[in-house]
Amino acid sequence: MRMIARRIAFYIVTAIVAITVNFFIPRLMPGNPVLAVLGRVQAQESKQAIAALELQYGVQTKTGLWGQYVQYWAHLLHGNLGTSLNFYPASVGGLIRAALPWTIGLVGVATVISFLLGTLLGVAAAWRRGSWLDGLLPAMTFFQAAPYFFVAILAVALFATKLGWFPPNSGYDTTTLNPGLDWPFLSNLLDHAVLPAMTIVLASIAGWIIGMRNMMITTMDEDYVLLAQAKGLPSHRVIGYAARNALLPSVAGFSLAIGFIVSGALLTEIVFSYPGVGYLLFTAIGSDDYPLLQGIFLIITLAVLLANLAADFVYAFLDPRTRQEA
Amino acid sequence: MSGDVMSEATDVLIEVRGLCVDYGLGDGAVRAVVDADLELRRGEVLGLAGESGSGKSTLAYAITRLLRPPGVITAGSARFGASVNLLTAGQRELRGLRWNEIAVVLQSSMNALNPVLSIGTQFADVLRAHRPDMSRADRRTRSGELLEMVGIPADRLGSYPYELSGGMRQRVMIATALALDPSVVIMDEPTTALDVVTQREILEELMALRDRLGFAVLFISHDLSLLAEIADSIAVMYAGRLVERADAAAIFRAPRHPYSLGLLSSFPALHGPRVAMEGIPGSPPDLRNMPSGCTFHPRCGYVFGRCRSDSPPLLDLDGGTRAAACWLQDGRTAVPAELGRPEPVITAAVTAEAGPTGGRS
Amino acid sequence: MTRLLRSKKILVGLSLSVAFGIVAIAGPLLAPYNPNTSVSTTLSTPMPPSAAHWLGTTQVQQDVFSQLLVGGRSTILVSLIAGLAATALAVLFGVTAGYFGGGADDLLSMLANIFLVLPALPLLIVIFGFLGRGADPNDVVIGVIISVSGWAYGARQLRAQTLSMRSRDFVDSARIIGEKSWRIMTFEILPNLVPIVATSFLFTVIYGVGTYTALSFLGVISTSHWSWGTMLYWAQSAQAAQQVHLEWWWFLPPGLAVGLFGTGLALLNFGIDEFVNPRLRSGTGGVSGRRARRAGLPRRPQLGLTPVLPASARRAS
Repeated sequence: MRMIARRIAFYIVTAIVAITVNFFIPRLMPGNPVLAVLGRVQAQESKQAIAALELQYGVQTKTGLWGQYVQYWAHLLHGNLGTSLNFYPASVGGLIRAALPWTIGLVGVATVISFLLGTLLGVAAAWRRGSWLDGLLPAMTFFQAAPYFFVAILAVALFATKLGWFPPNSGYDTTTLNPGLDWPFLSNLLDHAVLPAMTIVLASIAGWIIGMRNMMITTMDEDYVLLAQAKGLPSHRVIGYAARNALLPSVAGFSLAIGFIVSGALLTEIVFSYPGVGYLLFTAIGSDDYPLLQGIFLIITLAVLLANLAADFVYAFLDPRTRQEA
Repeated sequence: MSGDVMSEATDVLIEVRGLCVDYGLGDGAVRAVVDADLELRRGEVLGLAGESGSGKSTLAYAITRLLRPPGVITAGSARFGASVNLLTAGQRELRGLRWNEIAVVLQSSMNALNPVLSIGTQFADVLRAHRPDMSRADRRTRSGELLEMVGIPADRLGSYPYELSGGMRQRVMIATALALDPSVVIMDEPTTALDVVTQREILEELMALRDRLGFAVLFISHDLSLLAEIADSIAVMYAGRLVERADAAAIFRAPRHPYSLGLLSSFPALHGPRVAMEGIPGSPPDLRNMPSGCTFHPRCGYVFGRCRSDSPPLLDLDGGTRAAACWLQDGRTAVPAELGRPEPVITAAVTAEAGPTGGRS
Repeated sequence: MTRLLRSKKILVGLSLSVAFGIVAIAGPLLAPYNPNTSVSTTLSTPMPPSAAHWLGTTQVQQDVFSQLLVGGRSTILVSLIAGLAATALAVLFGVTAGYFGGGADDLLSMLANIFLVLPALPLLIVIFGFLGRGADPNDVVIGVIISVSGWAYGARQLRAQTLSMRSRDFVDSARIIGEKSWRIMTFEILPNLVPIVATSFLFTVIYGVGTYTALSFLGVISTSHWSWGTMLYWAQSAQAAQQVHLEWWWFLPPGLAVGLFGTGLALLNFGIDEFVNPRLRSGTGGVSGRRARRAGLPRRPQLGLTPVLPASARRAS
């Protein structure tokens, strides 16, 4: 339990660092870009909008740096992430809240599939060495090296354009359907989610496969696996002995991977115009919508930290040695 | 008594003839065991002695087909009881035999116990695999009994290996090995990793259990004086070959092979006059580059002409009760006094001198 | 050394890397056209490969092949710089943390863990976003900024190795003699860390390629700065993959280039890994499959079933 407490404390510190960095970046850039944007925006927006923006970025304000920092925190703790420039007067928080479920659904499902499938294949590749599974590895390596969005483009080109099996973009068919819990909508939803999910799985699975395979090979050399064989345990139990231990580094490495997977998922959404946070990010970049940009950064960071915490819980559950006090 | 129908009929539980084990194949192969003959009888304690790299562990694991790649058995035979050919047995037959009849205790208990499972689970696994009719409650009871048998309170079933001390872990290993009442227990240096005090405790408990349950033991160790205490007979290995085989007292009091003699003089006696420590000069040979003739000849204090060119087979001595692989014993040469001491007569005095564990059936 | 080259993985990885190295150096010189020039103002759809344009043209009739070569230099250069800078930081922080321990270690470890957990791409997007898309930073600056997000992993590995090495005899004796700390770190510890530094470098270069390409694809880095990622940005804007007549010559080459470059480096990495830990090599762990089969043994030895040579193959004892 102490280990979990320490991890939580660490994540809180990291969150504070991220928030502080987020606060300082606009103020550190050469040639204040916010001013330039404000200049553009001046003509269109209302006086209040301008004032709010100026306040958020510390332009022409009398409060000192520390004062602004405190205010920033105050806003955050009230859930106020600012107002979008591009989608004015929509609040950043509201925009993100609309897009977030799409991304969480996509990333969540795809990551779970990738992890489970990758781990199983890794175990199989290690148990049946010299089989055709070993030939998979170079192909998998390529998919891992290729950028997520390229794999996405390939998927679109092959399965959507050429073969027409799946739709090439959107979260669902906005022209004909309305969101609801009915089957036509849900099946359409799934239909649109297949290619993006497949992209994420393909691009991330190689890491799990190779990691698990290598760890299994090392673990199978351990004495307790030999003893499991000597005990006459059935094959699946022996594999279980090895896999339960070999799994630990994969779970530990999950924390590292989740950052990459989330980034990759964002890029994938762009290719598919999938209405998640990634696509929102893309529009924010294209329109210099700084408040939205920063809001998304914060939310993504917090989500990744939470995912890491979940992974830590799972690890503590799987490895009883972590329960040692000191 | 231990064992079940399969082995009841015969007295010889494990019979090995001419076993050869290599690591790797082809020209680069390392001959780890050459032409080994062994017999383990019901209830007997057979000690397998030798330095590291002598092939003793390789031999033991090869017999049970547990040798890891790149080990390959290249010649010979190994049988269990009268009916089971260990070398041709399939996965299922071996699985039925393993732990039921032949159990193994490994050297390092920390590595031999699965760190992420409780010891209760590790007991239950064995019972579930071989006694499918047992209910969960029965399994729990039996696991508790096994722990009590080695002196650990049954409420420790839920502990994890890291929560136990080295001695306790080794006891758990022994308890696990005895779970199905096997007829043979192979012990690979079970006490080497422990401190001397715990070593003694565990050995005594082990021998007491053996007296009670009657299983045979193949005890692998580099400590010849230890084996002399607990074993009934001892086989000494050097560079993959068996160089001497005899009753424990016979080897201890009257060794016939220069290597055995060297091993014995490497362990100082606690009592008696002070003598200069001898040891054996040189180091064990590189298994890939074996010397010609007798593999021991470069380090032997009694080497003569024939030793360098011909490798001596295991010669029967004293009417077949013992054997040694040395040209000195072929009857044609004069045997030095140290290698020709009279056979000890088994008396109460000798038994007492061997140590409190006695170990004779 | 020659044994290193016998590994298939290393050979393929090395040849790929060398090929790309040549592109990086000679790319722009070999390009037949200026990647920015539109060769025609009348056509409005991308043209497939032809004799004049080996990889066809983009929608505004720019030569794809030239873009690939020019963009190649930028992409590879940025990745290499990112790799070098990140590895330098990793060595500096990792070895220092591992060697000195105590407060310095706690601080640096905390720093490394924070950077490790923070998602890199969003952070870089914010940084580059505020830098302004108008500003066109040169490759070195881009590489250095990317390296700030990529040093943590290598630093952690180096710290772990340094820690274990610190208690070894040769370090102790150097300290007793009175060698200065930095000398010990540089001349005693560092040479032993070379394999880890090498894999860390390769890993970070792969990370650099992916990140730089992603940033260009997003348009966060100036879209007039040619790189493989930028090519994909323009291809995606024109929906090259969604067209009925797939404009494959536009999006396939840059993506494949990134993939192959990364694969080459990854293979090199695996090769080094397997060289250091021979158990990981594909195959039967010690006895090659072919040899085993010839001897009458099962091709893949199973755990717990030591193979026995069939009577026909046995040698006379």
